[in-house]
Amino acid sequence: MAANVKKSPKQAPAKSGNPFMLIAAVAIVGVGVLIYLVTRPKGVSIPANVAVLEADTAGFQGYFKGSESAPVTITEYADYQCPACQYFATVQLPSVRRDLIETGLVRWRFRDFPLDAAHPHARLAAHSAACADDQGKFWEQHDAIFATHAQWNVATGSGATQIFREQARNNGLDLDAYDACMSSAKYAGRIQASLEEGTKVGVGSTPTFLIGGRLYPGAIPSDTLAAIARRLAGASQ
Amino acid sequence: MNRRTALALLALAGLFVSAYLYLYKLGYIGTIACGTGGCETVQLSEQSRFMGVEVALIGLLGYAVLFLLAALSLGSGFSGPSWPVLGMVLLGAGAVGFTLYLKYLELFVIHAICRWCVGSAVIIVLFFLVALVEWRQARREAST
Repeated sequence: MAANVKKSPKQAPAKSGNPFMLIAAVAIVGVGVLIYLVTRPKGVSIPANVAVLEADTAGFQGYFKGSESAPVTITEYADYQCPACQYFATVQLPSVRRDLIETGLVRWRFRDFPLDAAHPHARLAAHSAACADDQGKFWEQHDAIFATHAQWNVATGSGATQIFREQARNNGLDLDAYDACMSSAKYAGRIQASLEEGTKVGVGSTPTFLIGGRLYPGAIPSDTLAAIARRLAGASQ
Repeated sequence: MNRRTALALLALAGLFVSAYLYLYKLGYIGTIACGTGGCETVQLSEQSRFMGVEVALIGLLGYAVLFLLAALSLGSGFSGPSWPVLGMVLLGAGAVGFTLYLKYLELFVIHAICRWCVGSAVIIVLFFLVALVEWRQARREAST
């Protein structure tokens, strides 16, 4: 009996339902998702491991605070997202500024050392501060980023970008210039150069302080830093 | 769902993946959702262009053609081993070859894996296999 049944050479286009309805439904969902992705608030991404060009470091040795004639220079290698760096910046650094930097004993030099594997927002934070530096507000943005650490540390999507931008607004930055700076990632090479410099001198964790040719890892108490700085200043006189 | 509907949906999925990557290259997406960071490395590499054309755009156009062929093959005038089905097999084979070349670049030249590109690779391999089965089945049915 089966031999009498001849199959049609033409295959039925669809066995059940209208396939075009299903395809149209999937297409509508897909287009909707793309429209959402294009129109949502954008996060900025700062690429890691970029090639460092000469222009990235020309005339730039770090972010300084304090007198150029201070007898001691302390270089801090820090990651904005590292909790110990946040502790140092918010608890110890105010005393350091008051007792060591503003008194002319210490010149402070800040260098970025983003630990990308553990801290996905570290480079973004460093870049936000670098863009603020364009407008002479590095330290204001530095302080604001550390002060709001708890908010952006756990942010997802464009959350951290938006929080840093809000701090830029609070610090009185020209937001058009700030946005252009952030979206161009113009300081990605500078941040990478800073990281490479830290690695070269032996930094392995953050924060680490380079004082008088020696490395001091950890969030050192301001009293200890003061003792080291006074000893070095005494020795240099 | 029959195979031709599945082919249309696979092409549509590939179309959206490549559209997402191309929109990212054009700067409309912002941060690419990736997880590993490999997507940015791949998308910003020299190899993200093929003969001066963005690979994501090539994918977008390729999937658009495959989708049109799949949609045509669903029409009653193109049942059996019709040219849209043969077109999907031949273009699918070419796309799989191109994908293998891109995977080679990711693994041995760029040294980074883009999850979206892996997703596209899975889609195109599935598309080719389904198209091949459909072509063979349609020819077998036509000859009986």
